[in-house]
Amino acid sequence: MQDSSDIDQTRRNVLITGALSASAAAVPMAAAQSPSNSASTAQATLAPVTGKIALTVNGSRFEKDVDTRTTLLDLLREHMHLNGTKKGCDQGQCGACTVIVDGRRINSCLSLAIMHEGTNVTTIEGLGQPGKLHPMQAAFIKHDGYQCGYCTPGQICSAVAALDEVKQGIPSHVSGDLTAQPMLSLDELRERMSGNICRCGAYSNIVDAINEVAGGRA
Amino acid sequence: MRAFTYERAQSPAEAAAAASRRPGSRFIAGGTNLLDLMKLEIETPTHLIDVNGLGLDKIEPSGDGGLRIGALVRNTDLAADMRVRRDYGVLSRALLAGASAQLRNKATTAGNLLQRTRCPYFYDTNQPCNKRLPGSGCSAIGGYTRGHAIVGQSTACIATHPSDMAVAMQLLDAGVETVTADGARRTIPIADFYRLPGNTPHIETTLRQGELITAVTLPRPLGGQHFYQKVRDRASYAFALVSVAAVIQPDGTGRVAVGGVAHRPWRVPGAEQALPQGGKAFSALLLAGARTTEENAFKVVLVQRTIDSLLAQATKGQA
Amino acid sequence: MKFTTPAGTNPIDQLKVIGQPLDRIDGPLKTTGGARYAHEHHQEAPNAAYGYVVGAAIAKGRITSIDTSAASKAPGVLAIVTHENAGKLGKGKYNTAHLLAGPEVQHYHQAVAVVIAESFEQARAAASLVKPSYAKQQGAYDLDQAKAAAVEPEGQDNADSKTGNFERGFANAPVKLDATYTTPDQSHAMMEPYASVAVWEGDQLTVYTSNQMIDWGRQDLAKTLGIPAQNVRMVSPYIGGGFGGKLFLRAEAVLAALGARAAGRPVKVALQRSLIMNNTTHRPATIQRLRIGATREGRITAIAHESWSGDLPGGGPETAVNQTRLLYAGANRLTRMRLATLDLPEGNAMRAPGEAPGLMALEVAMDEMAEKLKMDPVTFRIINDTTVDPQKPDANSRNAASCSACVRAPTASPGKIATPCRPRSRMVAGWSAWAWRQPSATI
Repeated sequence: MQDSSDIDQTRRNVLITGALSASAAAVPMAAAQSPSNSASTAQATLAPVTGKIALTVNGSRFEKDVDTRTTLLDLLREHMHLNGTKKGCDQGQCGACTVIVDGRRINSCLSLAIMHEGTNVTTIEGLGQPGKLHPMQAAFIKHDGYQCGYCTPGQICSAVAALDEVKQGIPSHVSGDLTAQPMLSLDELRERMSGNICRCGAYSNIVDAINEVAGGRA
Repeated sequence: MRAFTYERAQSPAEAAAAASRRPGSRFIAGGTNLLDLMKLEIETPTHLIDVNGLGLDKIEPSGDGGLRIGALVRNTDLAADMRVRRDYGVLSRALLAGASAQLRNKATTAGNLLQRTRCPYFYDTNQPCNKRLPGSGCSAIGGYTRGHAIVGQSTACIATHPSDMAVAMQLLDAGVETVTADGARRTIPIADFYRLPGNTPHIETTLRQGELITAVTLPRPLGGQHFYQKVRDRASYAFALVSVAAVIQPDGTGRVAVGGVAHRPWRVPGAEQALPQGGKAFSALLLAGARTTEENAFKVVLVQRTIDSLLAQATKGQA
Repeated sequence: MKFTTPAGTNPIDQLKVIGQPLDRIDGPLKTTGGARYAHEHHQEAPNAAYGYVVGAAIAKGRITSIDTSAASKAPGVLAIVTHENAGKLGKGKYNTAHLLAGPEVQHYHQAVAVVIAESFEQARAAASLVKPSYAKQQGAYDLDQAKAAAVEPEGQDNADSKTGNFERGFANAPVKLDATYTTPDQSHAMMEPYASVAVWEGDQLTVYTSNQMIDWGRQDLAKTLGIPAQNVRMVSPYIGGGFGGKLFLRAEAVLAALGARAAGRPVKVALQRSLIMNNTTHRPATIQRLRIGATREGRITAIAHESWSGDLPGGGPETAVNQTRLLYAGANRLTRMRLATLDLPEGNAMRAPGEAPGLMALEVAMDEMAEKLKMDPVTFRIINDTTVDPQKPDANSRNAASCSACVRAPTASPGKIATPCRPRSRMVAGWSAWAWRQPSATI
């Protein structure tokens, strides 16, 4: 059994174990097993396992020892207090947690922080701030592409990445000719944004905002 | 979600070895289904083996005119690969019809094959489910069955397989390449990969404990016109009520596989000679022995009409 | 708002406000991650612990015991609150179901416990170790089956209304429609899950939450906890959607407060999405019967709208018939609501309560009646428009629901009526349009 702090993090084979991990000692360890419990409950009461993660978020390096169960979403919200990325469903069905990782949009709720060693994450905060807005953020403001605002960060991150995907020639479900360069039609925009739900129904203004930015880049 | 230890495997054989050493292990690739199930404690691995770094992310010619798709190729990349778009269009279309872009960017070829049912009773851990807890009963039977299986089901389970990609893989006679802890390699034909529920709905594939999928192979291209038509309640981002994958040749012959109707993608090669006779004659053979409920009987007609629609498109020369 | 004089020209009618994108003050915050929602008040509760809610696994019955022995020993757990240790709890003025179950379970996923732990992951894991035992009871969940026993709901506004003699008017009408429609149970499904951060300072409680009516919430939280209302402060600067679902106090606020008291630390609780549908309120299903009688020329002589819905004991109806008191004209009128007792989660307001399912049923019935009359649905409505309250046609009462202007507007030239439209007579983008529905209101 190896102590995780002894392992050279550049090696791909990283073994993180709970029982002897030095970092686990920082977490209150309740009694690990109760003799009368079934094996299943015994497993359930095992002390949490933690491991070190180092990644880049919005251009800055971030390092922390985290519970292996921590999602990228909770790393951002609860550990880094980057609240822009939202927890809407925590089960990969709404898109409010969309962030851009190494250039690709993903649902951060369905990704373990521990699996993001060395990755580059961009959140809504990293796209732009008041006074220095990303064109997509400015377009959303101009076209009033939000109401309650809870899906908005996910929509914006998703839209930025979606336009990149079109640029890379990735087809979609509505692409007529599968082998052609996809078009930036409204049908394409809507299909590509279908993984971001807006319960307030701001879709028409969201599409207007994305269309404006897409028009400038097509 | 229960606590788990974690490692990044260095080679496929080592990953398989690690899995066989620790019975409570799971491989994790994209995690887009596994993590969801772990949060609900439907899956409770004590150890996760991260297989993302194994270099299994290439799409290469397979040497016999086909393709070898690495297990870790992301769904987005597989759908966008020009060889797939050109020569295996049904696969690209099937992938693009599934999930959302965010999920396709993370999900992998092997993970997509191995995803588990979205039956709502499977997901509600307060309800009995033979898949989650063998012998506890099936809550879906006698419940809301609109989305459930009409063929191949058993008195133990009426769940469907949710994957679009798997339907196309079934149609294309894919091969699932694996490695086990002792280094042994084999290729499981897709037709032998999935199990029907029978009395053991908790055993969904013919993979052995700790057997790692390394690639999926496709035979040489079939030519013909490729279709994937997914019929669902919404235009996007919803599972299929019924989906039909088809490759139709200029002479009207072809092959068809159907999703949303069974515990696995549904293909009956013996029925395909009836394809030129039209959707009704063909689907009567394809869905022979179907057992439906009042709520899902519509799927029989829907399959037939969807096939008719594809045959009509094929005749018009549309792809 | 009382409509006592006609509305003159105004910015809304001139389309200067509605439908135009506005540069809003919250825009730069919402598009850059700067707007702070309930779960995000880290600075105000820097050492907050996390709570995770356990929902009842049965739909109706009693909790016979709750075994928290394994859960309480789980890593990081600071406290577990159930009805056994929560102390005496009241019930908010605006709550029908209790927000913490026990010993009775009133509906599926009613909260039975909250586990407080150092981290979210630990609270969630420990929550699955909480083992309630239940004695199940038979319940009523099907509105159709419960319909026969439905009763007239309480409250002046819910009483039956009658004008003239509907039964006679309908019997004598040359053309009749008698149609029954159903609408399903619906969930608000707002993007932001219910969430609260509770901070006690002595006997003063501050709750950062997501709530549409914070003074109601504050009062009801005080009432539930049995503390003076002036000791409670509720803060809700941004809400990630409510749609009526966040009008009232909900379980996570109560459990966060109880958990914080038990743990001696601020506590934040967000409801997991899988719990929200059945733990919180929803728009109840309806069964609605519309009867319309008219002359062959299309003049309505009798109109009746009846609606059945269900709720927990002490609850209320989905008020689906109220608009039919004002729309359309007709001398003989009847509206009636009947409330069944169902053991489903609590029914309550959801965006356009009553009118969303009720106006839809009325308008569908009007379209179907127009089809029976072989009349254009627009013409049928214009003929039966009324600028006075049809319940009191002789009184000088303006009817705000007059619809002629709205239904005429979409046609190109005033006075030119669209040709009658039969179902499936138009193809729209490959789909046959079942009916060309005529909307009469935007809500």
